[in-house]
Amino acid sequence: MKIKVIVTLKNGVLDPQGKAIQQTLNGMGFSNVNEIRQGKYFDIEINEKEESKAKSKVDEMCKKLLSNMVIEDYKII
Amino acid sequence: MIVDEKAAIDHGLKKVEFKKICDLLKRIPNITELGIFSAMWNEHCSYKSSRLHLKKLHTEGKKVIQGPGENAGIIDIGDEDAIVFKIESHNHPSFIEPYQGAATGVGGILRDIFTMGARPIANLNSLHFGSPQNKKTKNLLRGVVSGIGGYGNCIGVPTIGGQTCFDESYNGNILVNAMTLGLVNKNKIFYSKAAGTGKPVIYVGSKTGRDGIHGASMASAIFDDKIEEKKPTVQVGDPFTEKLLLEACLELMADKSIISIQDMGAAGLTSSSVEMASKGNLGIELDLNKVPCREEKMTPYEIMLSESQERMLIILENGQEEKAKKIFDKWNLDFAVIGKTTNSKKIEIYFDKKRVADIPIDFLSENAPLYDRKWKISKLPQKLKFNKESFKSLKIVDCLKKILESPNICNKKWIWEQYDHTVMADTIQKPGGDAGVVRVHKTNKAVAATVDSSASYCYSHPLSGGKQVVCESWRNLISVGAEPIAITNCLNFGNPEKEKNMSEFVECVQGINEACKFLHFPIVSGNVSFYNETKNTGIKPTPTIGGVGLIKDYKNMVTMDFKKKDNFVVVLGKTEGHLDQSIFAKDILGEKKGPPPEINLFNEKNIGKTLLQLINNKLIESAHDISLGGIIVAISKMCIKGNKGIKIGKFKGLINKFEYLFGEDQGRYIVEVNKDSLKKVTEILNKNSVHYDELGILTEKDIIIDERPILSVEELKKLYNSWLKKYMI
Amino acid sequence: MKSSVIIFPGSNCDRDMDVALNKYGFKNKMVWHNDAELPKSDLIVLPGGFSYGDYLRCGSIAAQSKIIKSVINFANSGGLVIGICNGFQILIETKLLPGALLRNKYLKFICKNVFVKINNFENKYFKNIKKNILELHIAHNDGNYFCSDNELKSIKDNNQIAINYCNKNGQISEEFNPNGSINNIAGLFNKNKNILGIMPHPERMIDSFLSGKDGSIFFENLINNLK
Repeated sequence: MKIKVIVTLKNGVLDPQGKAIQQTLNGMGFSNVNEIRQGKYFDIEINEKEESKAKSKVDEMCKKLLSNMVIEDYKII
Repeated sequence: MIVDEKAAIDHGLKKVEFKKICDLLKRIPNITELGIFSAMWNEHCSYKSSRLHLKKLHTEGKKVIQGPGENAGIIDIGDEDAIVFKIESHNHPSFIEPYQGAATGVGGILRDIFTMGARPIANLNSLHFGSPQNKKTKNLLRGVVSGIGGYGNCIGVPTIGGQTCFDESYNGNILVNAMTLGLVNKNKIFYSKAAGTGKPVIYVGSKTGRDGIHGASMASAIFDDKIEEKKPTVQVGDPFTEKLLLEACLELMADKSIISIQDMGAAGLTSSSVEMASKGNLGIELDLNKVPCREEKMTPYEIMLSESQERMLIILENGQEEKAKKIFDKWNLDFAVIGKTTNSKKIEIYFDKKRVADIPIDFLSENAPLYDRKWKISKLPQKLKFNKESFKSLKIVDCLKKILESPNICNKKWIWEQYDHTVMADTIQKPGGDAGVVRVHKTNKAVAATVDSSASYCYSHPLSGGKQVVCESWRNLISVGAEPIAITNCLNFGNPEKEKNMSEFVECVQGINEACKFLHFPIVSGNVSFYNETKNTGIKPTPTIGGVGLIKDYKNMVTMDFKKKDNFVVVLGKTEGHLDQSIFAKDILGEKKGPPPEINLFNEKNIGKTLLQLINNKLIESAHDISLGGIIVAISKMCIKGNKGIKIGKFKGLINKFEYLFGEDQGRYIVEVNKDSLKKVTEILNKNSVHYDELGILTEKDIIIDERPILSVEELKKLYNSWLKKYMI
Repeated sequence: MKSSVIIFPGSNCDRDMDVALNKYGFKNKMVWHNDAELPKSDLIVLPGGFSYGDYLRCGSIAAQSKIIKSVINFANSGGLVIGICNGFQILIETKLLPGALLRNKYLKFICKNVFVKINNFENKYFKNIKKNILELHIAHNDGNYFCSDNELKSIKDNNQIAINYCNKNGQISEEFNPNGSINNIAGLFNKNKNILGIMPHPERMIDSFLSGKDGSIFFENLINNLK
């Protein structure tokens, strides 16, 4: 079963990479881009038949490793 | 797939080469075999245009343990220690994908070093970019520097030196040359020559994917408008895996189970297996089903030509497989027995139990094409006549300001602060000086290394330019107190099928050779990169020299920062005021013609050896060789680094001030001598017939010429530090 | 005094630490990340480098290593643990230290000398140290210390800031901050001051031919305090 996770920076955490990307886009002519926040995407292939069990396991993975709870939020999509 | 002349041409082979393949095999090759021939017979692997001339290189010396022909060159530095080193190019990939091109260039050269059993101890790099006004330059610079740092920093080897040059001739073809030095016990060196039949052939490292298929062919191709399409052929590097590979290999090398080992670089499994077998005069049999692949349904063609990074090929003693596998398992790397050595003297490849390639090794190596391309001797250009009018309107201070701020002279700190230059805790001279210096761990010795090039001199007269670059390398090593031992060279040129470029190559090589022979400074390794050309515009001839020297007691190392107020500053070597081809002539007078400065090898040797003698007698406080920009730029740098000023005394002699201060005559050094040592120093100089001028005295902060302060050292610093930072914003 | 330096796949300052520790009188052992147990030690060191290639987040995968359980137990019983650069990142990922270490503000790897001012002398690392401003050396991509306002308040209330980036006169300001760290934080303690995480590399500052000598002061002082 495939579970997808998106990890994003919490509001208020500085994202200099996102800022650099936004400035580059502005420079390329995409002047109406106001802000970009960069995140991570995980495609997890898990050996579990029941969706709720799979999601629960992935939730644990996010808390323990995939997301740094100090600065990141995660969403199982 | 049908193999015919067109397929061969698509693979970068010429019609006549395809015919030769068919004649040798007495049949038409299949597609896998065609791929193998195209990889082994392209310029990058076969050196077909250069081999003839490289044979004449001066490669021997008392301290040479290994000359060209192996993964890297090796020199003896005493006490059973040896230094393994080489420089290599990764030009074409870096132009296409600057980060990965530069990163994998660093990865490749590191492997060439540790494959011989040496722990890498220092990296250097030589970069040539197009004009700063060219729209691609900034991003290429950013990407390349990022890539070199990204790879070198992660693997934990300090980057201790380098050079970055700008010239419009590189607009369509940048140059990225990476050099690595490694330390090895001279009794524990590993070579790539296979020996013994029936020995297991082992694959270790990362899995094989479809990266860089035909990377070697790309290296030999000229860029045209379709450059974006070449992107998939750039390899992607993983420095973390390389670090694991390095540690695993060094662990396995602690005993004698390895017979031979070679890294999989350009043309991957093909070149490594063929070269190992060829050197050992053996055959090799491979079962491609055993090769660890990370992509599905890879064909034999793809497996043989893949340039996936971080892989090595090892020939092991029988019975050592289990022990070796344990080591690679510990470091989490793939380990597979993929074949064996045979006495067939052929490369035989099996896939799905069928034989898919069968080629006598000699056809791929010995019988590779060897070309004697057309070239002719270049005339020495006529010397320019600078008359007094040219200088009348100029002010020394304005000229100095302009030159200090120029891209080729300015401070490159923005670049090297992105490289970890102190990891391994043995770096005693960081980037920014004449040479990078690292201690030989746990000893009192230190090794100095430098990279140099002089494309403008080589372009105006290749023979002189070739000699000059070697002398510059020699001087840079001596300036830090190192005895020059040997060089590695990266020969970057345009299309050798054009007479002009071939002439530049032949004559530069002749010049390099002449200087190396005279100075007892042999060439122990190197690399040739041809076809640096886009839409018929080629680069200026750019041989890059990587010089290595030894400081017997690291406490005798010299640096170029001026040390103490009131110390004397002396110029060693005679100043004739040669301005042709100087940065002053180009940037201030707008003059690009004329010959490069003359090289007097006798003086180079004599003055260099004398300076080394002075240094070893602790008579020199600081030293710097005079190169681009002449005396005044050299002393400016020494002032900037030492936070001192200088009062230059009255000019003697008949040449005018500008010629004296900005002339780029060769074989000269600036040295700082304290009052008490001056007499002894001048005695030794006179004894050795070294011409010298007493230039001036150090001050606290002002640069004083003709009794007038023209600049303060703070202003010099501002000028020197400004351009690159501003440009990269 | 016994020390242990832990080696993770990708660590590359382990040898440098071993040299420095031995030079100043520690009997040092190198410990593999996959070992279950730590040898008997007075000091545990997590060295610099790029453990696991900085994959996912710096130090995140090393923080899940087999040996880390023992390190956490050792630390929780009051044992001295120091994490340098990547080691600091690992301590943060194990939550032995609060906050996060982000990409440098100017997005570039930076290798140079910096000055740091010691903020807290009431601990085994800095008590009695003869200088309060040290010249140390940094070499990192991700040294930008960040934490929430609440965390920062707690850190200050408990006097956990170990060292701040400053100039040679000890002046702490944005101008002397090489990577954007909150409050110029260059190093941090846990509440009990037995765990120290610092971004600079004292092991590269142990003789005048290297980048400087103030690292020696750090090591000499530490072993004196432990004896």
